[in-house]
Amino acid sequence: MTTIFGIPSQALFGQLLLGLINGSFYAMLSLGLAIIFGLLNIINFAHGAFYMVGAFVAWMLLNYTGLGYWWALVLAPVIVGGLGILIERGLIARLYKLDHLYGLLLTFGLALIIQGLFRNYYGVSGLPYAIPAELTGGQRLPFMFLPNYRGWIVVFSLVICLATWLVIEKTKLGAYLRAATENPTLVQAFGVNVPLLLTLTYGFGVALAALAGVLAAPVYSVNPNMGADLIIVVFAVVVIGGMGSILGSIITGFSLGLVEGLTKVFYPEASATAIFVIMVLVLLVKPAGLFGKPA
Amino acid sequence: MRESAATVETTPHSAAGSLTVEGLEGWYGESHVLHGMSFDIRRGEVVTLLGRNGAGKTTTLRAIIGILGKRSGSIRFDGVETIGMTSRGIARLGIGYVPEERGIFSSLSTYENLMLPPRVKPGGLSVEDVYTLFPNLKERAASQGTKLSGGEQQMLAIGRILRTGAKTILLDEPTEGLAPVIVQQIGRTLQKLKGEGYTILLVEQNFRFAQTVADRHFVVEQGRVVDMIPNAELDANIAKLHAYLGV
Amino acid sequence: MADTLAPAIEAAPIAPTLPESKDARALHRMVFVGIAVALVVLPFVLYPVFLMKVLCFALFALAFNLLLGYGGLLSFGHAAYFGMASYLSAYSAKIWGLTPELAILCGTATAGVLGFVFGSLAIRRQGIYFAMITLALAQMVFFFALQSKFTGGEDGIQAVPRGHLFGLVSLADDRVLYVLVASIFFGGLLLIYRIIHSPFGQVLKAIRDNEPRAISLGYRTHHYKLALFVLSTTLAGLAGATKAIVFQLASLTDVHWSMSGEVVLITLVGGLGTVFGPIAGALVIVTMENYLAPFGAWVTIIQGVVFVVCVLVFREGIVGMIARWAKRPL
Repeated sequence: MTTIFGIPSQALFGQLLLGLINGSFYAMLSLGLAIIFGLLNIINFAHGAFYMVGAFVAWMLLNYTGLGYWWALVLAPVIVGGLGILIERGLIARLYKLDHLYGLLLTFGLALIIQGLFRNYYGVSGLPYAIPAELTGGQRLPFMFLPNYRGWIVVFSLVICLATWLVIEKTKLGAYLRAATENPTLVQAFGVNVPLLLTLTYGFGVALAALAGVLAAPVYSVNPNMGADLIIVVFAVVVIGGMGSILGSIITGFSLGLVEGLTKVFYPEASATAIFVIMVLVLLVKPAGLFGKPA
Repeated sequence: MRESAATVETTPHSAAGSLTVEGLEGWYGESHVLHGMSFDIRRGEVVTLLGRNGAGKTTTLRAIIGILGKRSGSIRFDGVETIGMTSRGIARLGIGYVPEERGIFSSLSTYENLMLPPRVKPGGLSVEDVYTLFPNLKERAASQGTKLSGGEQQMLAIGRILRTGAKTILLDEPTEGLAPVIVQQIGRTLQKLKGEGYTILLVEQNFRFAQTVADRHFVVEQGRVVDMIPNAELDANIAKLHAYLGV
Repeated sequence: MADTLAPAIEAAPIAPTLPESKDARALHRMVFVGIAVALVVLPFVLYPVFLMKVLCFALFALAFNLLLGYGGLLSFGHAAYFGMASYLSAYSAKIWGLTPELAILCGTATAGVLGFVFGSLAIRRQGIYFAMITLALAQMVFFFALQSKFTGGEDGIQAVPRGHLFGLVSLADDRVLYVLVASIFFGGLLLIYRIIHSPFGQVLKAIRDNEPRAISLGYRTHHYKLALFVLSTTLAGLAGATKAIVFQLASLTDVHWSMSGEVVLITLVGGLGTVFGPIAGALVIVTMENYLAPFGAWVTIIQGVVFVVCVLVFREGIVGMIARWAKRPL
């Protein structure tokens, strides 16, 4: 068996792959957070809860209606996005004139409610969700065994992230979003329906979180607490990357997953805190974040 | 309160396509800026608001387009009362707004900036028409909007409004800080638009420039219109105007 | 319909200041007397242990509110200081055998040092970023507590001896301990009140309301913010350290993010940026949780609902509302 730095290559690449998978989730979640923050100026604390709900919707679709993974991949983001739209219209929209911190407090409360409800009904032990038949098995690569599903997560989330980036950077809708992020008042004065844009943006960001949740369902057990701790790590990712750049969020997300994976190999005790330590270092060196503009 | 305030001639609102402002009050946060602005613009007319800094000219435009935090009174456009409408609804009636700071978006290219405002009425210029009017914009189409020169940004700000089909345009200090040659180009553009029947409300500090395009001038002081001078009588009233503007 | 957009300049500050006057000072003096009387009378009516819990959380929230209300800084990681102080207090009392007052000091000092380190980092960013950074740093502390040996991991540090105050007075009796806790609370309250009304507090208000202007006046605003942060975390530590002695327990609950959320909730319910709000908030929230304890996960849900309702329709909080009625700052 080959080794790299004294570590069996299978273990090293295995952890790197796990890191990349976590990175996929960081990227999708921080991308959604960044888009929402850019336009709505709120930090969506409920983002982790929506990620969890996405995984649960996949589980429910399978267990209550018999609709499998591929259906869930489409339906869960739509359902959760719809929920997000209702929440934005009914609750968040009332806060736009207030200090942005109220948005944080409101969505924190929403996260408590959503997570509490799921804990009540489904307990905390976690529910299994099988890998879809089409993606079982794996590839024997020269340096490691690559389970198909794990490869799928990385490729699919990368595609989703890049597609999101393209939509924002290259389409008319994206131009509205960018313009409204800069100066919503003027965009509205041109006759654009900015409140609708805010609603759709929130719905889209939340749908991205739900999509990440569906992807995660087969690798982590479906658990009401799965988003609660994750969202705090994603906050650190966002602080590290800075929320000014869409591509920056994607790159930061994936790379920090990799770094975390490496830490698991070389210094497992620190893996839970690796991203927080990096955040501290970034704050010392570049307080605005790697891709952020200085305030 | 000046004597002349009472003697301002206000044409009764009649012709369609006119903008009639009556008793407009406006606030910036807590500070009360507009104190009963009243004036009117007939269709196809070019009218300027002249006045010192802080007189409330820009605030008046913001109130008309509906982006002032708090406003009351009456603003009728084509006979439609707009005081309770959102800025989006007001824009959709066919009013285009070119803000003082020009409002070019830095995250958009010149072309994207040009294409951003949606069409609100039929009959707007095509992109090619805008490029014919302002050839620079075509050359710089792919550049980041805020990388353009001040004059180009002003052309972009005007050009993108002409695309929308809005036939009434609120233009806030289009010549501010621009080179004389650019000012002339903008002046020619405004002449041309006037010839095509556009209605233009122009805020200007530079009444020499305003004189070349406007039909009438309203003098604004402390948030109200205190005088109206037809363009033809401008030269005769130059001393009075100097007094108003403090130049 | 009003303009639904959010121009940042017009956004209402999260903790508006009401004008202060001599009149208000006199009223505050009366409130202080009222609190002192309540502290003396209440243990004859209510369980001392319940009261001590309220007092610990009230002090914790007062410390948090000092930072938010007077520095405009929303920390979402105050559990780190509360919890680490609680651990150190418990550890030093149990393992090192320190007397309770020294154990509490030890915990408090730990929180102060931790606050200095984290504060130096967090004040580099403002607003929402500040909240996220403090939360992330606190989560780091949580993982540290989870993995370290001295914290006892999932079990926490149990059976912490209450010991003898100054080596003399046994604190085994709840009523005796109550006197200590009430004294600590009242001392903390007075200190916070002094800080708010000191020249230091005036500078802080100036910074909160307009930082660029304060900078241009020559104030080194970062130093002031850091000093405030350290004061706040130290006092939060005092609350946590005291709590460990009262309940003879330090556990992961104390450092978990939900504890950070709880102190925000207490302050929100009581009234952000009011002097006395956190006390009312602690009374309400601790009482609510005591009654709801049998319902398990519903506690979280109800906390969430209280958050949402407060943010949407009751932003001024209990004391904020009373202050509005009384037309005086409280």
